[in-house]
Amino acid sequence: MVLYFLTLVLFVMGVYCLIAKKNIIKKIIGLTITDYAINLFIILIGYRANGIAPILFKNMTMKELSEQGVDPLPQALVLTSIVIGLGVLSLMTAICLRLYEKYKTFDMGEINRLKG
Amino acid sequence: MATKPDLMMNDSQKGMTLIVKTVVRFAIGIIFMFGWYIIVYGHLTPGGGFAGGTILACGYVILTLAFGKDLALRKMSDMAASIIDNSCALLFVLIPIVGFAFGSFFLNFPPHGKPFNLVSAGLIPLYNIIIGLKVTSSLFAIFVALSIFGRFVSKLVEEAEEEE
Amino acid sequence: MQTAYPLFSVLPLAAAFFNLLVTKLNKKVADYIAFVVTGTLAVMAVLTVFEAPFAYRVGGFPAPWGILLISDGLSSLTLVIINVIAFLAVIYSTKYMTMYTAKPKYYSLLLLMIAGMNGVVCTGDLFNLFVFLEVASLASYALVGFGCEHEELEASFKYLILGEVASTAILFGIAFLYSMTGTLNMPDLARQLEIVGINKAVAFVIALFIMGFGLKASTVPFHAWLPDAHPSAPAPISALLSGVLIKAIGVYAIARIMFDVVGPNAMVSTILMFLGALSMVVGVFLAVGQSDIKRMLAYHSISQMGYVMIGLGLGLNPNVPALVAAMALFGGIYHFVNHAVFKSLLFLCAGSFEFRTGTRNRYEMGGLIRKMPVTSTACSIASLSISGVPPFNGFWSKLIIIVALVQAGYYIYGGIAVLVAFVTLVSFIKLQRFVIFGQLPARFAALKESPFAMTFPLVVLAILCLGLGLAYPFLDHSVLQAARNALLDKLSYMGYILGG
Repeated sequence: MVLYFLTLVLFVMGVYCLIAKKNIIKKIIGLTITDYAINLFIILIGYRANGIAPILFKNMTMKELSEQGVDPLPQALVLTSIVIGLGVLSLMTAICLRLYEKYKTFDMGEINRLKG
Repeated sequence: MATKPDLMMNDSQKGMTLIVKTVVRFAIGIIFMFGWYIIVYGHLTPGGGFAGGTILACGYVILTLAFGKDLALRKMSDMAASIIDNSCALLFVLIPIVGFAFGSFFLNFPPHGKPFNLVSAGLIPLYNIIIGLKVTSSLFAIFVALSIFGRFVSKLVEEAEEEE
Repeated sequence: MQTAYPLFSVLPLAAAFFNLLVTKLNKKVADYIAFVVTGTLAVMAVLTVFEAPFAYRVGGFPAPWGILLISDGLSSLTLVIINVIAFLAVIYSTKYMTMYTAKPKYYSLLLLMIAGMNGVVCTGDLFNLFVFLEVASLASYALVGFGCEHEELEASFKYLILGEVASTAILFGIAFLYSMTGTLNMPDLARQLEIVGINKAVAFVIALFIMGFGLKASTVPFHAWLPDAHPSAPAPISALLSGVLIKAIGVYAIARIMFDVVGPNAMVSTILMFLGALSMVVGVFLAVGQSDIKRMLAYHSISQMGYVMIGLGLGLNPNVPALVAAMALFGGIYHFVNHAVFKSLLFLCAGSFEFRTGTRNRYEMGGLIRKMPVTSTACSIASLSISGVPPFNGFWSKLIIIVALVQAGYYIYGGIAVLVAFVTLVSFIKLQRFVIFGQLPARFAALKESPFAMTFPLVVLAILCLGLGLAYPFLDHSVLQAARNALLDKLSYMGYILGG
């Protein structure tokens, strides 16, 4: 229970960083922290108390695995989500570098030509 | 007689110090072998295509950091990375279409073999290898594009060279 | 078509990567590849409309463990819209994209976006929907900033950050739903949610989904990215973003989840109707004063999406008579189709004007009907459609929504809808007066009409505008009713898990 709460604290920290910091790089880091917090939350959903990793060893039956193992489906979801996060991070960094070339600053308050 | 790659590896102007170069020269083979192990045994042990591919890409990044960009670009040039990336993605999308002939899309049609063997589970090891190659070339291409070919960095490099 | 159903998302993916490989040798092949692939997809989509609904199991795995691809009335209608408009946009891009460099990469990104949208519409599995939504969104972030000027990069960055926050909210909701029910398959989720009931946790998940998909569909508290992103994109991409993307990944996903997974619910209905009304009003009043024609069209997108949301919201209400709810839902879906057609037409016309005159500011243009007759006529037809003038298609869908609102007793919302239609008419009369009629500035004396590749899609879309309006009695009983019934019939949606 405390673990879920701590994951949400991490999420809120990431959102705070995204909103309150002016530097673009810090905003990117905030969004990445938010992504990782959600990934942690998804893994925690599959947890079973005193469970084992869902790997089938040689002298194990499927029944033992399904009774003792943690849920493998959230782990597959998180793998996909991490890859998506990687794609977004690389796109953000590329756009951020190009923004620096054009506007000569990393300060988001000065990058506001589009108004109204 | 020193061959060309040896000369590049020994070039003391580029890259980092001698200690780093010696350690990397020793460790890089182990890193690549470990990455391939994680990819190929992905259906038996945890890991698989994405994790192993990331390890291999980090191996290329270590080469770049230790020896300079010229050597790393000789090992995998940006054109080669792009070609491997696109052809692996194309293969990954086209192989499930073969499954149409056997029943349905994405069907695991080769014989499944005995569990716990290396050659088992049908198409899954093949998909792992394809994804591993794609992730390696993709992550290294992103690293090259952002840091070596990025105009921001190259402008800083030009300014630094002008100052010298 | 049943066996070839996965090809809707696989064919553009393969073509995107093939494109990048082949254009290293010869750059001109990209046009032909994109043309052939989108043409094939458009033909396949039109063929899918005539088939009975089915569910396709990917990999042969049975239903709750495998991914199901479901084709019913709403999916096939949305597929037709996406692929036909994408085909016309590709024809348009062959000439328009000569203004930019790196054309092969543009085609690859465009094909990836189409693959993502087709994937969202075809699938019956919630996480598969999320993955394809991310594919389409990433391609659209890159396409918005395609010409790397100051404002385009800034718009792309803002769109990226806001879009990613929405995707994170959607993923959070999916994780919650999985922890409550233990399944990700949408028909199975519908069954499990009937057992669990709509408790507080499900209400939280619904709020997260409305926030996440609402941002993708540009409903009002979450609309801030759209007026920056849609004008900055190249014109065919603006047409696809505004005409198709906000519908395929925004409104379609909300409709699918709220109708088929959660079911009719008074709270969700009130929220959607309120957000729809807010979108209508905010969108149109901010649009009237714009001088940039593409920014004005972007604000109008927000407003018209409000119409669709109000129609959907009223369709979810269990307290009004079933016929009225069905009529509102029908109006919403019809407006969905109509808006795709006339908004893409408007953005392509704006792109044509920009291609020839070099400016997007309507105070600098004027009298273009003398120099560019085909484009101006198409623009006038689209403006009449969006304002709701008979016999064009916008009139019928707005009329149905307003009549349904009044019959259900929501007189205030009905009045707001009429007012917004009037203000839309005012705004487009301004556009006509400044851009099409009026004085031709001296420097435009040597203007010519756009090339054939750019006017052909405009003519096709204008004919569709007129045709969808005149053929309303025929469409009523075939395609649109099938789509409406697919949404209203939650029981048969739950039955897909047994079939396949």
